[in-house]
Amino acid sequence: MAAESNRPLSPHLQVYKWGPAMLVSILHRATGDGLAIVGVLVFLWWLGAAASGAEAYTSFIGLASAWYGQMLLIGLTWAFFQHSCSGLRHLLLDTGAGYELNTNRTWAIVVAITPVILTAAVWLFIYYKGL
Amino acid sequence: MGSATELGRVRGLGSAKSGTHHWMMQRVTAIANLVLMTWLATSLITSDFSSIDAVKMWLAKPAAAVPLALLAMSAFTHIRLGLTVLIEDYVHGEAGKLAAILALTFFTWGGLAFALFSIAALAFGGAAHVGQ
Repeated sequence: MAAESNRPLSPHLQVYKWGPAMLVSILHRATGDGLAIVGVLVFLWWLGAAASGAEAYTSFIGLASAWYGQMLLIGLTWAFFQHSCSGLRHLLLDTGAGYELNTNRTWAIVVAITPVILTAAVWLFIYYKGL
Repeated sequence: MGSATELGRVRGLGSAKSGTHHWMMQRVTAIANLVLMTWLATSLITSDFSSIDAVKMWLAKPAAAVPLALLAMSAFTHIRLGLTVLIEDYVHGEAGKLAAILALTFFTWGGLAFALFSIAALAFGGAAHVGQ
């Protein structure tokens, strides 16, 4: 809290090279906050519409199954998988494991790719089933 | 407060005694969310909930209403802890931070109450009113 300091910041905020660990770190925060705000509002809307009666529920299903509703739900599905996979990585890191540079990098890459595959699998299943 | 530095004023007071509680609850609710969200996601994609009657029939069963209510409690706790960190990291200035934390507190308790009431309404009144 030193007031009005001109001392350099380290690491410098503009000069850095992106790495997998940085990517999954910021994605963990972004997807968590997205789920906490957007995801929760969709969840409450779904429950509230169902509890409010057939008319409200039909209108919710209409919006959710429109192309923009599906886009949003696909985005939330990915956010859920990304936050979950990244969360599992954090639980493992909490045990003290996975801090070796190569291991850490490998896990981060796995955590960045797996959610995309899982999201595709879930939505292919949904479209195949024709829900 | 005198002329002591910020460090000087807190030195010797010990910890705030609540630091690990936030950390631990974030992880406890994370594991609960993982289990309960896997259950909810599986239920959503293996059933057809496009009609309100299907939702009512589903939530009339304790095996669905109870985990869904538990998920709401665990998720809102996790959300409150997570968004608290977001606010603490990005909202500078005590007034703004206080207002944001207060808004978050109201949002999480309001949202949880809304979710639990909706689940209860569907669980207790749902099956008896299917088709209405």
